[in-house]
Amino acid sequence: MPPALEIKDLKKTYKSGAVALRGVSLNVPVGDFFALLGPNGAGKTTIIGIVTSLVNKTSGTVKIFGHDTDKEFEKAKTYIGLVGQEVNFNPFEKPLDIVVNQGGYYGIPRSEAIPRAKKLLTDLGLGDKMLGQSMQLSGGMKRRLMIARALIHEPRFLILDEPTAGVDVELRRGMWEYLRKLTGQGVTILLTTHYLEEAEQLAKHVAIINKGEIVASGTMEKVLAMHGAEEKAEKGGYRGGRLEEVFLKLTSEAEKSKL
Amino acid sequence: MWVSFYTMLRKDIVRMFRIWVQTFLPSVITAVLYFSVFGAILGSRIGEMQGVDYMSFVVPGLVMLAIVTTSYANTSFMFFTSKFFARSIDEILVSPTPAWLLIGGFVAGGVVRGVLVGLLVLLVSLFFTGLSLTIHSALIIFGFAVLTAIVFALAGLVNGIYAKTIDGINIVPTFVLTPLVYLGGIFYSVHVLPEWWQTITYSNPLFYLVNGFRYGFLGITDVALSISLLVLVAMTVVLIAINWYFIKTGLGLRQ
Repeated sequence: MPPALEIKDLKKTYKSGAVALRGVSLNVPVGDFFALLGPNGAGKTTIIGIVTSLVNKTSGTVKIFGHDTDKEFEKAKTYIGLVGQEVNFNPFEKPLDIVVNQGGYYGIPRSEAIPRAKKLLTDLGLGDKMLGQSMQLSGGMKRRLMIARALIHEPRFLILDEPTAGVDVELRRGMWEYLRKLTGQGVTILLTTHYLEEAEQLAKHVAIINKGEIVASGTMEKVLAMHGAEEKAEKGGYRGGRLEEVFLKLTSEAEKSKL
Repeated sequence: MWVSFYTMLRKDIVRMFRIWVQTFLPSVITAVLYFSVFGAILGSRIGEMQGVDYMSFVVPGLVMLAIVTTSYANTSFMFFTSKFFARSIDEILVSPTPAWLLIGGFVAGGVVRGVLVGLLVLLVSLFFTGLSLTIHSALIIFGFAVLTAIVFALAGLVNGIYAKTIDGINIVPTFVLTPLVYLGGIFYSVHVLPEWWQTITYSNPLFYLVNGFRYGFLGITDVALSISLLVLVAMTVVLIAINWYFIKTGLGLRQ
């Protein structure tokens, strides 16, 4: 079975001349909970933008479940659900309409989309808000609405770009639990987050990107072991989690090697 | 695939009826003012134009004016706001909706609003023409109304895609569309103009649309109907190609 996401030598240079990706290669296995980590401006959102066709790549190939996004653009998109970093829905619309319309863009008729949307919104704790105005939702509710919207077409591959940014601890835990359930149902998840402890607990595989290059990738345990984080964490006591140690080490190493 | 088209169209129609005061009323009020000033007040002094009374002569032009401006504004504004504010256009861009269907969905909304507003303006005109309405060919009227709405909805979409600021969607209507409309023969026949001005008028695409539409009502025209139709079809093809290129390549849409 082809991987859920296969990226080969992906490069992106923006019109401004800024180089965002310098030949990224990445595989996300089917059914995985994959964490793509990196500091701000590392290229995470650019990768997600290219995979979801919101950003044009400069070169390289992207395949979703074996479907090349250049050759089978529409087929590849049917597999993906996206929860973007920024809130990007019409705030004047009702949450129910936003989710149902998204289903429509994926070819799901309203008669089918409405009960599905109601269930998703209820499961995500927005049952009593679905007919109000979206602009009146709190930050955490908006994030959950975006998750419901991304799931309406029952995607096999869910991409979440910092879905818990600005969300309180309790809500965040609830969201992680929900995502864990989804992976249990066979949905592959690609996640970017700055909450490294949570990524460490949730993800099976991890890739760390810095300045447009992958500086480490593999299973979570392999990445942690590769850099002796376990040992360091034990010796140094608790300092924010093992993955944080690795992350800081790798990103600062990459900085030093550039100097 | 058509579910996606239906979703885009339905969403736009729901929006335009929800805010009907903003979407339908302004064109009707503008038309009432035009009918009052140019038709009832000045028109009675002008007398006849091409053998028909002036009020009957300007009605098709003013209906066309409403269709042109409304269908253009609908798509340019709808697309620009969904691209610029809240970035909700991403909802469609990430979906498997192909470029041609996205164009179709936005244009259909513009056509519906343009034709509905045109119909309202026509109904208002009855009040000023003493409930008399000459119809030479309903098919030509309907065909020109729909085709014109398609052309200007497509033009509005080009503007909406390409505009980088809110000013960008106001510049074209103000500096290009309005002069073309006013100099396109809504208020006069091209034959009353000096020869040099007639030559300029023949290069104005709006002139052909207004004439074709007027022919549908009154059976009179300054130019052959086939030429008017040809101009409409040519504009449609060119604008579809431009829109398709923009959406497919992501120009003005994707980074």
